[in-house]
Amino acid sequence: MNTAHSVALHHHKDYTGSKIGIWLFLMTEVLLFGGMFLLYAVYRSNYAEDFHAAANELDTLVGTVNTMILLTSSLTMALSIAGIHHGNRKLAIIMLILTVIFGGWFMVNKYFEWGAKIAHGIYPGSEVLGHHPKGELIFFGLYFTMTGLHGVHVIVGMILLTVMIFKVLNQPRKKFEFVDGMGLERVLGGKFIVKGKDGGEVWSSDELDDSVQSVKIDVKYWPVKKRFRIADFNQLENSGLYWHIVDIIWIFLFPLFYLIT
Amino acid sequence: MGNHVITADTAAGASETNFYHVKSRWSGLAAWIFSTDHKRIGLMYLFLMLSFFAVGVTLGFLLRMELIAPGRNIMSAQTYNSVFTVHGVIMIFLFVIPGMSASLGNFFLPLQIGAKDVMFPRLNLLSWWLFLIGSILAVTSLFAGGGAPDTGWTFYAPYSIRTGTNVTLAAFAVLVLGFSSILTGLNFVTTVHRMRAPGMGFFRLPLFTWSLYATGWIQVIATPVVGITLVLIMVERTLGIGVFDPAKGGDPILYQHLFWIYSHPAVYIMILPAMGAVSEMISVHSRRAIFGYKFIAMSSVAIALFGSLVWAHHMSVSGNSVVANFIFSLLTMIVAIPSAVKIFNWVATLYKGSIALETPMLFALQFIFQFMIAGLTGMMIGVLSVDVHVHDTYFIVAHFHYTMFGGMVMAMFGAMHHWFPKMFGRMFHQLPSKIGWFLIFVGFNTLYLPMFILGWQGMPRRYYDYLPEYQNLQVLSTVGSWILIVGIIIMIANLLHSLKHGHACTVNDPWGGGRTLEWSVPSPPPLENFDEIPTITRDAYHAERTGAR
Amino acid sequence: MDRDHDEQHEPVSYGVYILTWVTLLVLTSITVTVAGMDFGSVSVFVALAIASIKATVVLYYFMHLKYESKLFHVMLYVVLVTLVIFIGLTFTDILFR
Repeated sequence: MNTAHSVALHHHKDYTGSKIGIWLFLMTEVLLFGGMFLLYAVYRSNYAEDFHAAANELDTLVGTVNTMILLTSSLTMALSIAGIHHGNRKLAIIMLILTVIFGGWFMVNKYFEWGAKIAHGIYPGSEVLGHHPKGELIFFGLYFTMTGLHGVHVIVGMILLTVMIFKVLNQPRKKFEFVDGMGLERVLGGKFIVKGKDGGEVWSSDELDDSVQSVKIDVKYWPVKKRFRIADFNQLENSGLYWHIVDIIWIFLFPLFYLIT
Repeated sequence: MGNHVITADTAAGASETNFYHVKSRWSGLAAWIFSTDHKRIGLMYLFLMLSFFAVGVTLGFLLRMELIAPGRNIMSAQTYNSVFTVHGVIMIFLFVIPGMSASLGNFFLPLQIGAKDVMFPRLNLLSWWLFLIGSILAVTSLFAGGGAPDTGWTFYAPYSIRTGTNVTLAAFAVLVLGFSSILTGLNFVTTVHRMRAPGMGFFRLPLFTWSLYATGWIQVIATPVVGITLVLIMVERTLGIGVFDPAKGGDPILYQHLFWIYSHPAVYIMILPAMGAVSEMISVHSRRAIFGYKFIAMSSVAIALFGSLVWAHHMSVSGNSVVANFIFSLLTMIVAIPSAVKIFNWVATLYKGSIALETPMLFALQFIFQFMIAGLTGMMIGVLSVDVHVHDTYFIVAHFHYTMFGGMVMAMFGAMHHWFPKMFGRMFHQLPSKIGWFLIFVGFNTLYLPMFILGWQGMPRRYYDYLPEYQNLQVLSTVGSWILIVGIIIMIANLLHSLKHGHACTVNDPWGGGRTLEWSVPSPPPLENFDEIPTITRDAYHAERTGAR
Repeated sequence: MDRDHDEQHEPVSYGVYILTWVTLLVLTSITVTVAGMDFGSVSVFVALAIASIKATVVLYYFMHLKYESKLFHVMLYVVLVTLVIFIGLTFTDILFR
């Protein structure tokens, strides 16, 4: 039935392949932080008491609140994608915005938390730390590096999700292309017509003569449920997966730094 | 000479629309550096890598010149430290690790599985750009302010934290290069899972593809660990967090653990694709299906697996616990087994095969001979009581040059000849290629065999000066380097000359024994590789050929 | 080659995600409370165990791992086991110095 569809240039997307790719990338993130978790495990074993003492200097309340914030941001992220699956673009956008806001809130808390530490002279290479036992030095070295790297990942995620907001606003849409050697020859000599609901002609193009080199049609649909194809929201899903991994990293960072009191 | 087919008998449409002639919106250089075609990307990697190899060889040449006699000859001690560091960094990170995966792997993986390209072509191009940027950063670290790094390519703490040379920049360069490697591995693993031609189950994959698949997994799993290690070195140098600094309670051996957790699997990233290519060359040039296909395929996976568990054998004299030393020594013995499996199967393939001593076959045979020396000496140093004596001596230097250079690089030279007609539509000149091979063979072994003896006698590695009793073998070794370099120059010059002036060779199967899919398309291949994706009904090295009729 | 054609399987209901989130908040509360009690050397394992449960919940529901094919599960397990082995083998050095 859809003959124009079948002759046009189709950019086949492999949805599962794309998913495999992003999962492999996330595994590299796990191993990246894994190296530092290895260091933590070793130094925790070597300096058990110093770690215990140093952890007392961290504010458990801020840590707990930040954990809740990040967990909630994971919820909004998942709801955003669920919104797409249910054909509700408005919900998806709202949830994405909330996710970015939660990420920002997390970073603001982090900023104040770090600020307080630095104001007290507790930062890598500081003189104050130089007087503390070696184990505490290492604890804070690991603390700043691991939460710092994690924070970088949160910021990257926020940027990514902001870009996704704009991409989702652009969906659902479909592109058709008729170029030389791929379908153009079949439409030359004809013309494109848009018909209204009553069958009457709403718009038609000029006749496509030999001067036409290519035809590109970009159809933006109303965001109704049946127009949403999951495969089109590949990038959003992949971004969501990234965001969840960042959350999972924090799920482990939190008890290891804040709860070993 | 030989029995390959070089006629002008072009298959229909063979040379008019090959991938070099594709029109795009770019022209000239831009048509290459912005291309997402895996074949162009593979060739761009090859070009860059061979250029860096030339630089690395030059540095090696200079090292050997300095070592021709005791005392100072052509450079100071500080310069010597920097030269061997940069020689290692360039050879390992800019040449052998991207190695056959990025170059020939990129070109041939889609062809071998019957696909039009890799899964993520734009990511593939990004990998190449990251490789270029990382390389430029690495080269810059030689000349920028603090001077070339002098820590050895291994960047061991605490010296790497204290030295004023450009370690931070070099570490960052390697980080970027590592990211390039990760993306390539990710790309290849996904490609093999999703883009095989209909009917090509995993156990119908060619062995080069199997090796690229196993290598891809190592790239994805191991590389991030060196990534974070290098980040930590940079943070240590700039912020002083203390994790590797004994003055602050850190443990420098932990640096070594993290470093080698990547760097040992990295040697399998280097060697696995080389072994895959050796399987291809042996099969084609002895006109036989590979013996023990499944064993070779599974041995690639086993090497990837066990090779990830042996890293601390590099540290047995660094201060490891005795328990760790025992365990890692045992694991090291185990990882030798799958490599031996491959050697047995190659030899069994050669047995009663119709062997043609084409240049690729010569390199493949050289690989087997030299890799056996490498592997057996590896087992020797895996034994703790031996390692205590030979660690950090020339014995180790000889061992790893036999594996990386005598193994991987020779396989790569062979593969470059083997797939030359396919990539360029021309056949290389035969006689110069064999002369080049012979000089390389003689030169390589003259350069490195004496080093086993020197090491055994106690000559330490990375030393600028030495006692007079070592001089004879040092001179022999240096002379060997000259012969080797002449051979390499002849080989490269021959290949370059053949690019323009070799016999035109556009048939699908110039060697006449090709069984895998790359030999079923024209030479060079068209842009999308296959006019029609084939359906596979036979295993990879089936009895009948897929070659030109 | 088994290229899927746009799997439009039944979407997961919003409720599942809300329930997952509540579970995570509860687990977080538990882990904070438990940290206040003294279990000695077992504390770190308890904390890690609860963190692992939280991570598993995020993986299975938020990240859809429950609904994915076997390949994804295998990928994850291979990586996790490898990481555990890296840490474990390093401890054969650290613990016996």
